[in-house]
Amino acid sequence: MRERLYPLEDLEDIPGTTVFTARRSRQAYHLHKFCMSLMDAENRKRFKADERAYLDTFRMSDDQKQAVLDRDFNQLIELGGNIYFLVKLSNTDGWSTQKAVGSMTGMTADEYAAMMRAGGRSPEGQRSKRGGN
Amino acid sequence: MAKITAGIATSHVPAIGAAFDQGRDQDEYWKPVFDGYEWAKEWIKDNTPDVVILCYNDHASAMMLDIVPTFALGFAEDFEPADEGWGRRDVPMVYNNTDLAGHIAEQLVIDNFDITIMNQMDVDHGLTVPLSLMFGRVSEWPCKVIPLAVNVTQFPTPSGERCWQLGAAIRDAVACFPEDLNVQIWGTGGMSHQLQGPRAGLINPDFDNEFLDKLIDGTDDLRKITRLDYLRESGSEGIELIMWLIMRAALGEKVEELHRFYHVPASNTAVGHVVLKPLD
Repeated sequence: MRERLYPLEDLEDIPGTTVFTARRSRQAYHLHKFCMSLMDAENRKRFKADERAYLDTFRMSDDQKQAVLDRDFNQLIELGGNIYFLVKLSNTDGWSTQKAVGSMTGMTADEYAAMMRAGGRSPEGQRSKRGGN
Repeated sequence: MAKITAGIATSHVPAIGAAFDQGRDQDEYWKPVFDGYEWAKEWIKDNTPDVVILCYNDHASAMMLDIVPTFALGFAEDFEPADEGWGRRDVPMVYNNTDLAGHIAEQLVIDNFDITIMNQMDVDHGLTVPLSLMFGRVSEWPCKVIPLAVNVTQFPTPSGERCWQLGAAIRDAVACFPEDLNVQIWGTGGMSHQLQGPRAGLINPDFDNEFLDKLIDGTDDLRKITRLDYLRESGSEGIELIMWLIMRAALGEKVEELHRFYHVPASNTAVGHVVLKPLD
C-alpha cells in the first residue's frame, strides 16, 4: 500500500464544513451548469423573468431546484454544490458574496458582518469534531 | 536570458474588485485594505516586469464544470475578463506572451508536470483583482500575463509539495528562455477564509502570520502542510495558499522580503500581501 498522510475520512471530521469532491461535483453537475449559465446577461434575464420555468430547462433534481428557489445555500451544498458556482446565483440576485456566505451561518447579515469586522470566526473548537478542538 | 526578478503574493477577494470598480476604495471599510498596497504600487512603477506568471484559481468561470485541470496554463493570445454573474469587470484585456508560455509549457511537460493547455478562456477576479491592486486604474496592463490556473476547489487539490516542485520547475524553465525578459511570478489567493457552511467566516491570524514568516526562510515547514491541515487551520478556501508556494519556489532558496501587509477582514477573508526579491 502507498503511504497516506491521513485517512480520507478525516476530511469529514471538520465541523460545519463540506469538502467538495469529484463525487459531489458529479452530483451537482446540472445544478452547476445552471449556475454557470448565469454568466450570460440574457440567461440572467430569462431566469429572473420566470425562475421555475428556467430551472426546468436543466436536468437538476427537484430538491436542487427547490433549494435554488429558496436560496438555501446550505441545502445546495448538501446536494453537491460548491460556493464558487453558487455565487453566480447570488451575484445574479445582486447579493454580495458576504451576504451569500453569511446566510449559511445561522446569523443575520448584520451579525455576520459584525463578526467579520471583529476579526472573524476563531478556529478554536472548530478544527475537529472528534478532537473537539 | 529571461530571469525571475521578484515574487508577489496577494489575496484576490472579489469584493476588493467590486470596491475598486465602484470607487469605494477610500471608504472607511476599504481604505485600510487598499492602503496596504500603496507601497507595492509605487515599487512596481520602477520595477515593471515584461511578463507576469500569474498563479491563480478559476472560480468556476472558465473551467471546473466540464473540465477540472489540476494545473492549466493559458496559451491564448489574449484573455477577456469573465462575467461572473454581474457583468464583466471594466478592466483591460489581458495579453499573453505566447513565446514564453509555450516554452514553459514544453519545459514543464518534459519535467513530468502533466499540465493542461488552455487555448481559449476568460479570466475571472482571481486573476484581474491582483492586477488592479498592483497597477491601479489603467487603460491597458503594463505587462504581459501568463495565467497559471491551479485547482484549489475540487478535492484532491495538488499538494503544497507538488506546487513547490512546480514552482522550482518554472524557475528553471524561465532561466533557460533565450530572450532577455524581466519576469515576475505572482501567487494569489488566501489567506485564511471559509466561504461555506456553518463554519463560514473562519479566520486564523496565528496560522496566517506563521505562514508569512516561514515564507521567507522556513519553507521546508510550509511544504509539509497537508490539505487536511489547511482545511482545519485556514478554512476550506484557505488552501489557496498552495499557490503562494509555487511563487516562492520559483524564487530560489534565499529571498529578501521587501514588503509585507496583513489585514482582517476584506469581506470574508484575511488579506495577505508580500513582495519578495530572490537573492540567488
